[in-house]
Amino acid sequence: MTFKSAVITFPGSNCDRDAVTYLEDLTAGPVYKIWHEESTLPNVDLVILPGGFSFGDYLRSGAMASKSQIIKDVVKHAESGKYLMGICNGFQILTEIGLLQGALLQNNGLKFLGKNCFIKKRNTNTFNKSIDDGKILEIPVAHNEGNFYCNEDTLKDLLDNE
Amino acid sequence: MRLKILIRLKSQILEPQGKTIEQSLVNLGFKDLTNIRQGKLIELDVPDNLETEEKNKLIESACKKLLVNEIIEEYEVLG
Repeated sequence: MTFKSAVITFPGSNCDRDAVTYLEDLTAGPVYKIWHEESTLPNVDLVILPGGFSFGDYLRSGAMASKSQIIKDVVKHAESGKYLMGICNGFQILTEIGLLQGALLQNNGLKFLGKNCFIKKRNTNTFNKSIDDGKILEIPVAHNEGNFYCNEDTLKDLLDNE
Repeated sequence: MRLKILIRLKSQILEPQGKTIEQSLVNLGFKDLTNIRQGKLIELDVPDNLETEEKNKLIESACKKLLVNEIIEEYEVLG
């Protein structure tokens, strides 16, 4: 069985080609490059929404991208239980769609944060199962709106679901 | 008819741009201007022939679908 994947590009996306290159290297199956105006998503196992500044971050980061033509099929894909990953602006788009809870605010202190973060996995899932428990990963972040916000009920949901 | 929609972050959410503006104003000597918060103003035309109720529905729908993220923002139609 081959693993099929798709990467969606919006105007202002970046690192979408990196995602495609990685998927081509790591998986044997086809990697579809999808423009946001396309109306149908091929039948794939994984969809990636890449980072960047979709639609110039106008209105709110990810707001316009979340209303793109292709998103209806992205929602169907997610609802069928298949894998969906949002990186950076892709994560913001997922919150704007409503597939993820909460929203992202401008960073406190108005700083654009570009730095390395050190993270460790706290649970095991499909995306991180090959990473050893306890291993510290050095992951770069670069964002202006990375301040996650949600109400208390949502926070409780998220913590309970951990 | 031209309408204005004022969108702001909910009052319980820290609004860092307003804080920064406030600090600059203090530096300029405006010590009496406090609690500054910055929002967004959207101006748009709605058809003149719409009844008030239709107009309100149209605006509400546009706000909920795109213009406003009600998790963090609230809006007010200024007329």
